[in-house]
Amino acid sequence: MGAVAHVLAVDPVPARSQMGSSLGFHIILACFGIAFAAVTMTAEWIGIRRGDAAALLLARRWSKVMAVLVAVGAVSGTVLSYEMGLLWPGLMGRFGAAIGFPFSVEGIFFFLEAIFVAVYLYGWRRLSAWAHWWSGVPIVVAGLLGALSVVAANSWMNSPAGYTLSHGKITRVDPVSVFFNASTPYETAHMVLAAYLVTGFLVASVYAVGLLRGRRDRYHRLGFAVPFTIAGIAAPLQVMMGDIIARFIAHQQPVKFAAMEYIARTGDNIPEWLGGILINGKVYFGASIPSFDSILVGFSPHTRVIGWDSVPLDRRPPLTTLIHLSFDLMVGLGFFLFALAAWQGWWWWFHRRLLVTPWFLVPSALSGVAAVAAMEAGWIVTEVGRQPWIVYRVMLVSAAATPAGGVPVTLGVILALYAILTVVSIGVPIIMSRRWRRGTPAEEEAEQVPYGPSPAGASPPEAP
Amino acid sequence: MSPSPEAIAAAAILVVVIAAYALFGGADFGGGIWDLLAGGPRRGAAPRELIDESITPVWEANHVWLVFVLVLLWTAFPPAFAAIFTALFVPLSLSLLGIVLRGTGFAFRHTAQQLRTQQLSGAAFAASSLITPFFMGTVIGAVATGQVPVHPAGSVLAAWTSPTAILTGFLFVAACAYISAVFLVLEARQRGHQDLVRYFSARATAAGLLTGALAGGTFTVLSGSAPHVFAGLTGIALPLVAVSIAAGVAVLGMLWLRWYHAMFLRATAAIAVATVVWGWGLAQYPYLFPTSLSLAAGSAPTASLAAEFFVVGLAVLLVAPGFALLYVMQQRRMLKAAETDADLRTAAHLGQALPARPAAAPAAPAPARTGMTTALVLAVLAIRAIRDAWRRR
Repeated sequence: MGAVAHVLAVDPVPARSQMGSSLGFHIILACFGIAFAAVTMTAEWIGIRRGDAAALLLARRWSKVMAVLVAVGAVSGTVLSYEMGLLWPGLMGRFGAAIGFPFSVEGIFFFLEAIFVAVYLYGWRRLSAWAHWWSGVPIVVAGLLGALSVVAANSWMNSPAGYTLSHGKITRVDPVSVFFNASTPYETAHMVLAAYLVTGFLVASVYAVGLLRGRRDRYHRLGFAVPFTIAGIAAPLQVMMGDIIARFIAHQQPVKFAAMEYIARTGDNIPEWLGGILINGKVYFGASIPSFDSILVGFSPHTRVIGWDSVPLDRRPPLTTLIHLSFDLMVGLGFFLFALAAWQGWWWWFHRRLLVTPWFLVPSALSGVAAVAAMEAGWIVTEVGRQPWIVYRVMLVSAAATPAGGVPVTLGVILALYAILTVVSIGVPIIMSRRWRRGTPAEEEAEQVPYGPSPAGASPPEAP
Repeated sequence: MSPSPEAIAAAAILVVVIAAYALFGGADFGGGIWDLLAGGPRRGAAPRELIDESITPVWEANHVWLVFVLVLLWTAFPPAFAAIFTALFVPLSLSLLGIVLRGTGFAFRHTAQQLRTQQLSGAAFAASSLITPFFMGTVIGAVATGQVPVHPAGSVLAAWTSPTAILTGFLFVAACAYISAVFLVLEARQRGHQDLVRYFSARATAAGLLTGALAGGTFTVLSGSAPHVFAGLTGIALPLVAVSIAAGVAVLGMLWLRWYHAMFLRATAAIAVATVVWGWGLAQYPYLFPTSLSLAAGSAPTASLAAEFFVVGLAVLLVAPGFALLYVMQQRRMLKAAETDADLRTAAHLGQALPARPAAAPAAPAPARTGMTTALVLAVLAIRAIRDAWRRR
């Protein structure tokens, strides 16, 4: 590749910023793509099974919100596909033959998702209740497998495998090793759980606000309980996964781990830093627990942990403070969400009632934002932590970035467009919910009385 | 060095997928173009509503063909992908801008209640339907004329601003409008809107003639700007070109005779467009970029190509039945935008309703308040009747 010579001189920062902002935006919508169908279908299942009008109304309304979010998600996902070429031709030109495979598999699941989302969203009227419910199942499956494929592509950048390079050109590819590289299993599990956390807590927090405002009918209780339960089940699993993953990172991507944990020098008895800002190699404003990092990594204070002194200066990730604080934020918020879920679970176990005190509802109303912040922080850790590599220990970001001159312009345009998309994907559901509330004052009362089971699914309770 | 059979097969698949996107995605873009040209809020209400009804449930699935084109290109032909996306940074970014605007307009249009915001999002949707196919056309034109360097040092303005590339851009826009108008004739017929059948039939004829003229023009300039492709089109790919011309003429004939056979008309129009794409693909053989990058030099290792065949096989197994289900349901009109209570109310306060949605009429009555529903349904029907009467005058 003669282009590499030109490309080495490119400043990758605008390209990196554009990719970062696009991905940071899309990933929130991707979460809804992965998990929202499951949340909606749970409500629908309750509605059909118990003849619960409130649950069915929730499911129908959520499916309308899904229509908006999936449309925006399809668009922002396309932006990412384009950007693989617009921003990283060096990566795709050389490694497309390898990294392309998981993306292609993802294409199938994107297709399936788009098809069955259409059937699910527009089939309410003409499909029978259970047929409609089953039309949602492929969305959930495609969401999981699609997440697996896309995350496999990202994992490959962290743990490249399954190819042979000679003279800068890929000569052999083993697609199975590319797809199931060392990082794929845990990154996928982490991402799928994150998707359920983000979706569940975001939807639940909307109804937490409703409950706080005194709308304590069955509609709002269910609207809170269904997504909160789903996210609440995912929360402890995610905390467990996080602990396991950290050990994998310590072994497979030691320099990233060093940045996450402020480990300057390789050694044992490494302390665990909570918070803190790194200035000239010293940590300020942080609390350190002696030897605890070694214990976490190897269950013994004598565990040797690799520090960033193991690689030369220009091979270390930039913005160490950002990486470390993002990691701490993610872990902290993860525990916060876990505690919330445990609190509600405790109450439910002993009282068989939904806990609706303001003490619980106020943090619950913030749980959605917290889940999003935790996920974004996690992406910062994994993406910034991999720098300056685009393919870990194989290709530098600067060798992959486009030599085309327009990136600062497109970065500006993308930021403006994403501002619009954000307004749409938040604004439209708000407008919808206002209209729902204004339009049918009698409706919410009616929903408190579940009417007979049976055809409720096909002829929805949504009265004008 | 002649290309391996795997590389030829991968290129063939790529061309087939591009043709599929041109048909399905192109028809949706064309819908946006007719939406743009439909005139003021009152005059354009009926065609806009038809366009909206026939595109809304399927556009996302149709859009995925584009993503599939991208992943096939970068997996099977990585150097070509890298070179195209570097040299044609500008038109590709602009086509992406169109895609984003269109999706946004779509997402917002159905929720916007006020006329102003509705017009704004409608305009975003419609205008972007022009931008995207045009710039995609310039990209294809740039590739066909061999103006994309194999190792571009930056974006290349001259590649996509050549007369051939610009003409190809216009050809794409016209072809989208054409295929869409033909499909809309059938959609209108199926719904029993005779006036809209005539409306889109006239437009399909006009767009068909324009597309033919632009194709002829592009063909003529290709002789100078892309000798390899021109030689291919008049040589190995000539049968495909002939089929395309024959199919195009046949469609015009069917429209003129008002023989609106759902399957024949649709298939013939599709063949007219698809054979052009296939012909272009065949004419490029054995080059990815005529004549600087050959298939043999630009394709991925055999294992990657084999993996792609696996993916394509899986797609045929899983996605094809899904699409069949989706289109059958759409054809039987089983996919309806679930009317919200708000939609019904909007229709009732006629003042605000731009594309009023009479589709709401056969709404499944809620068990609780049948009376109110009946009243609203009657109101909607009455409004529709009044509007129809008004339109007839």
